[in-house]
Amino acid sequence: MTIAARLYLLLILAFLYVPIGVMVAMGFNESSLYELPFHFSTRWYSDLSGNAKLMDAGWNSVMIAIITAVLATLLGTMASVALSRRTFRGKSLLKILLLPPIAIPWLITGTAMLVFFFWTGIGRGLHALLIGHVALAIPYVVLVVGTGLQSVRVDLEEAAMSLGSTPVRAFFQVTLPLLYPSIVGAALFAFAVSLDQFVISYFLATPGFTTLPVQIYSAIRKGFTPEINAISSILLFASMAVIIIVARFAKPGGVRDKR
Amino acid sequence: MTNVNVVAVAKSYGTVPVLTDISSHFEEGSFTSLLGPSGSGKTTLLRIIAGFVVPDGGTVSIGDRNVTNTPVWARNIGMVFQSYALFPHMSVAENVSFGLAQRGIKGAEAARQVERALEMVRLPGYAKRRPKELSGGQQQRVALARAIVTRPSVLLLDEPLSALDRRLRQEMQVELVRIQRESGLTTIFVTHDQEEALTLSDRVAILDRGRIVQIGAPQEVYERPRTRFAAEFLGDSNFLSGSVRDRAVAVADGTLVQVSGNLPAQAATVTLAVRPEKIAILAADQTGPQGWNRLGAIVKTVIYAGPALTYVVEAPDGSLLKVFAQNKDGVVLPEGRPVALSWSPDHTVVLED
Repeated sequence: MTIAARLYLLLILAFLYVPIGVMVAMGFNESSLYELPFHFSTRWYSDLSGNAKLMDAGWNSVMIAIITAVLATLLGTMASVALSRRTFRGKSLLKILLLPPIAIPWLITGTAMLVFFFWTGIGRGLHALLIGHVALAIPYVVLVVGTGLQSVRVDLEEAAMSLGSTPVRAFFQVTLPLLYPSIVGAALFAFAVSLDQFVISYFLATPGFTTLPVQIYSAIRKGFTPEINAISSILLFASMAVIIIVARFAKPGGVRDKR
Repeated sequence: MTNVNVVAVAKSYGTVPVLTDISSHFEEGSFTSLLGPSGSGKTTLLRIIAGFVVPDGGTVSIGDRNVTNTPVWARNIGMVFQSYALFPHMSVAENVSFGLAQRGIKGAEAARQVERALEMVRLPGYAKRRPKELSGGQQQRVALARAIVTRPSVLLLDEPLSALDRRLRQEMQVELVRIQRESGLTTIFVTHDQEEALTLSDRVAILDRGRIVQIGAPQEVYERPRTRFAAEFLGDSNFLSGSVRDRAVAVADGTLVQVSGNLPAQAATVTLAVRPEKIAILAADQTGPQGWNRLGAIVKTVIYAGPALTYVVEAPDGSLLKVFAQNKDGVVLPEGRPVALSWSPDHTVVLED
């Protein structure tokens, strides 16, 4: 690598990680006004445990993200299998209809959901947030699992059936194990989409039940305190840990057979 | 070890007919090749017998069981796919025992049968390997072991050798015949390679546009092709057209060609087929064996390939005929030389179309 290339790489990494580093560091700075010089303190972390609103919002976010990941992965994988392995009327239309939600601005989707949920009486709150997040995450799962399914050859299932496996057993014995890395990747995607989600959560949250991004937003409007840095750091390290563990065990793309 | 019967099977995709009224009997323990160009329906026929494709009409029976409406997994077949279709996440032993597990055979009994199957395909000691650690030929052997270990009623092979290189393919052809003989399985083999079909099978079925145009022993199909398509697709052939006159056929220059077999009525137009290797090429003044046909021609092109020569000669009616000659005396006839072609009436086949 030339010096210019190294510098370029360094610059990219710097733009990605320096702001995060500053945010984490400021969570350990004594000053409530982000003043320098830096005085190490864990005061914001101890304050945080007393800030029930922020803590609750944090737990809500994680819980919703996990439930969303599970439900969206389950539903999305089933949809993906149907779209790639079965033939039925309206299949190509359905395939096309699944993609635009990814491109539609969340603000529009959020407004539409709010209006629709209000109109149907679903209303707002936890259940509405879950419906919204799962609906939002499904297209990503279908996309990721669908790509994975393309690399699992149909004749593997046919081979299993020729050996006496019913289609359902062939799916569980052959397709699913080969699809596992894609499914894990899709679940991570769904988890991230939910955890990151602000716009739709903002519309569907109630004063009594919010998610962390929404709570942080309303906190910032009243004034920024390093408590926000603290909870953001905790969330950051928690989600990074999850991703690293999953990546380590699932080896996405690594076990796929090239044939 | 079972007979397989296909009766009046038809299949079309939309308005496109793929198979039209196919009936055939595959005898117990026999090795039949389905030979045809792409689009002839040979793979569809195999997939109908396997149960992957449901025919629009007709019946398929394996043994005395009508399996037309039986799904693949309940038919007790063994199938080898063009791409091998080994399960990449399982070891060789797990691949081979997959079918046994579906039949409830597990543990020591399964291990014993897997070992025997791997010995049969000459891969003992490979049980713990993963498919991707094996060469193409070895993967093919595993696929074969997996297909035969369950003692299926019929073994179906879908162009299993086409992905192998030439040398390996020839080696596997020999193996395939040996394994088929040893196992005694009724075998149906799809191929577009005519040489493969002739060397491997007891019977060859030639398919053209969804129909079986001819079925029989390799020698019978090769020596007595029934249609122009069969004569052309299986090997090389020369065609002469003429009209029936006095239990012979008068070709363009009036030469009477003697044939074997039945001829249609006087004055009817017929096409005759003669294999290039059956024709002897003689000097214009030389006479051939007694009773053989004789036709004057002019050498147009000579293809010299060492042990063998191919002459392209022009018949009196201007059509080009091919003649294969052994390079016995080292003489190469020059282009433009008038010659005489000589061949036996026994090798003059009257085509149906």
